[in-house]
Amino acid sequence: MTLETAVTGAPGEPELPAEQLERFLYEMAFIRRFEEKAGEMYTRGKIRGFLHLYTGQEACAVGAIHALEERDKVIAHYRDHGHAIAKGVDPKRVMAELYGRADGTSGGRGGSMHIYDTSKGMMGGYAIVTAHLPVAVGLGLASSMKGEGFVTLCIFGDGSVGEGEFHEALNLSVLWKVPVIFFCENNLYGMGVSFAESLSTEIPKLAAAYNMPAVSIDGMDVLEVHRETKKAVEHCRSGKGPYFIEAMTYRYRGHSMSDPELYRLKDEIEEYRRRDAIESLRLYMQERGLVDEQRWRQIEERVERDVEECVAFAEASPQPGIETLFEHVTKESGDD
Amino acid sequence: MTEMRMRDALREALREELKRDSRVFLMGEDIGAYGGSYAVTKGLLEEFGPERVRDTPIAESGIIGAGIGAALGGLRPMVELMTINFSLLALDQIVNTAAKLHYMTNGQMNVPMVVRMASGGGSQLAATHSHSLEGLYAHFPGLKVVCPSNPADAKGLLKRAFRDDNTVVFIEHTANYGFRGEVPDDPDYLVEFGKANILREGSDVTIVGYSGSVHQALRAAAMLEEQDEVSAEVVDLRTLRPLDMDTVIKSVKKTNRAVIVEDAWKFGGFGGELSAQIMERAFDWLDAPVARVCSKDVPMPYNRDLEFAALPSEEDIVEAVLAMF
Repeated sequence: MTLETAVTGAPGEPELPAEQLERFLYEMAFIRRFEEKAGEMYTRGKIRGFLHLYTGQEACAVGAIHALEERDKVIAHYRDHGHAIAKGVDPKRVMAELYGRADGTSGGRGGSMHIYDTSKGMMGGYAIVTAHLPVAVGLGLASSMKGEGFVTLCIFGDGSVGEGEFHEALNLSVLWKVPVIFFCENNLYGMGVSFAESLSTEIPKLAAAYNMPAVSIDGMDVLEVHRETKKAVEHCRSGKGPYFIEAMTYRYRGHSMSDPELYRLKDEIEEYRRRDAIESLRLYMQERGLVDEQRWRQIEERVERDVEECVAFAEASPQPGIETLFEHVTKESGDD
Repeated sequence: MTEMRMRDALREALREELKRDSRVFLMGEDIGAYGGSYAVTKGLLEEFGPERVRDTPIAESGIIGAGIGAALGGLRPMVELMTINFSLLALDQIVNTAAKLHYMTNGQMNVPMVVRMASGGGSQLAATHSHSLEGLYAHFPGLKVVCPSNPADAKGLLKRAFRDDNTVVFIEHTANYGFRGEVPDDPDYLVEFGKANILREGSDVTIVGYSGSVHQALRAAAMLEEQDEVSAEVVDLRTLRPLDMDTVIKSVKKTNRAVIVEDAWKFGGFGGELSAQIMERAFDWLDAPVARVCSKDVPMPYNRDLEFAALPSEEDIVEAVLAMF
């Protein structure tokens, strides 16, 4: 397979410091392996429910989320493991949540589609398409009304743009000038219906119609994602209101584990794999002498070890006690 | 104590809460310049400014979702949806987000938001604008559902709602807005959730209602006493979640008869839940099957006489009570 790198940028000097590039490389590779492992554990019956894998889209989570500061928030759709991990949520606890165990991020109450860790600013995965867009606007409102200055990165798929809430949220965000980045991961399919068949226009045009800056970028190029999201963060942080990014990306696996993938050809997947985000960054770094074969093997080995550690942690974590069933239905004063 | 209408009591509660807690803000459809569709928020925009009294576009789902986000961000929003009919457009946010986050995050998040809406028929607004969906919201664990029947309760319950750490669906019957009553002036006056109120004591039958139906129950009780020498006890539930079943059961064990009155449909309604609980907990005390007086099983018609025939009346209550003897 011939590779054409997705990562662009001027020849010569790398755009970011070597350590940061290596961190991106490691994290994207880690998310990829984490997801493959989760898929494997699903077929072995260790993980149940719906499982939506993020493989192929790693550059979006890693590039965008690392443009944020720690105090900033991420709110995402249900294909959310990668976002949680990039936001600093302990992946061991993410895997334990997929297993439904007591040490999971929600103690087994949420599962794959609902990964939350408020201590890390991970405000969740939302499993009702587009429901989190208005919630992001509210977070932005709180940020500006309380003068806290945190930015909310709201990540959703191309399937969201047909929902009424998409338009309600975009409109409100501009009216209220909230610091929210709307980040659309356009992976070309809303489940099995192609994006071309479900939208009569182009996504950035919709955002532009509500009077906010809107760009379309290459979501397979982690450096471009990072660069463009940084611009968006600056825009939001300086009080100029919301910003819209459409990142063109591709998911390698089906919509969920139960997807027979009758709507696309294997060739199409192979075509996109030629511009693989991880391989692209690796080539970029290799050309600049920042990673060689040996170093890459070391990274891969570390990834393998770290993912195995997540699995071991999840396997060892106890089941939540049945006696906790009624906990946290409502919050009563003094609860925590 | 000051005598005022229920809409004024609600406004007093909002004003006091805006003053008490800087995290409190209001948003909703026509609550600012227009003063609220039922004039509840009249004058608050002038007093507190557009940051804390926000007019919104007509976008029910969007503004409830924004309320949820604001609550997650540390504010204490009240969102007004004009009427319960329009809340159906925001049902997903209320049911799937507001009611679920505390549980699904294992206690990490909670959504302290008050959602206010007007409810009920009787104004010739036809089928789309005459719903009584209190029982629908009471169906969902994670929500609190409040339905005041009088000005004092309206103020005390609304102030209490702002102090709750969960989403409170606060439902006001349109027929009650003009209802007058004595209201305590104390800015710390609160009415606890889950405490039903016995509005009239009696010994022969317990009539249970909430919101608008309480007034019909009271009028029916007066008719029963005058015309039929039947002594009826009237219980106002005040909140459907949490539900004070103990007070209802205690009353039924005393009177041995129960009639449930509500504006909603009988089929699959909240009255069925009340009836079931009475039978589960007080079966041996009952001298007659529990009766329900509800709306007829039709979409609400526009015509005045047809609408009147569709809604429960005090005569229906009297009839249901007398059939038990």
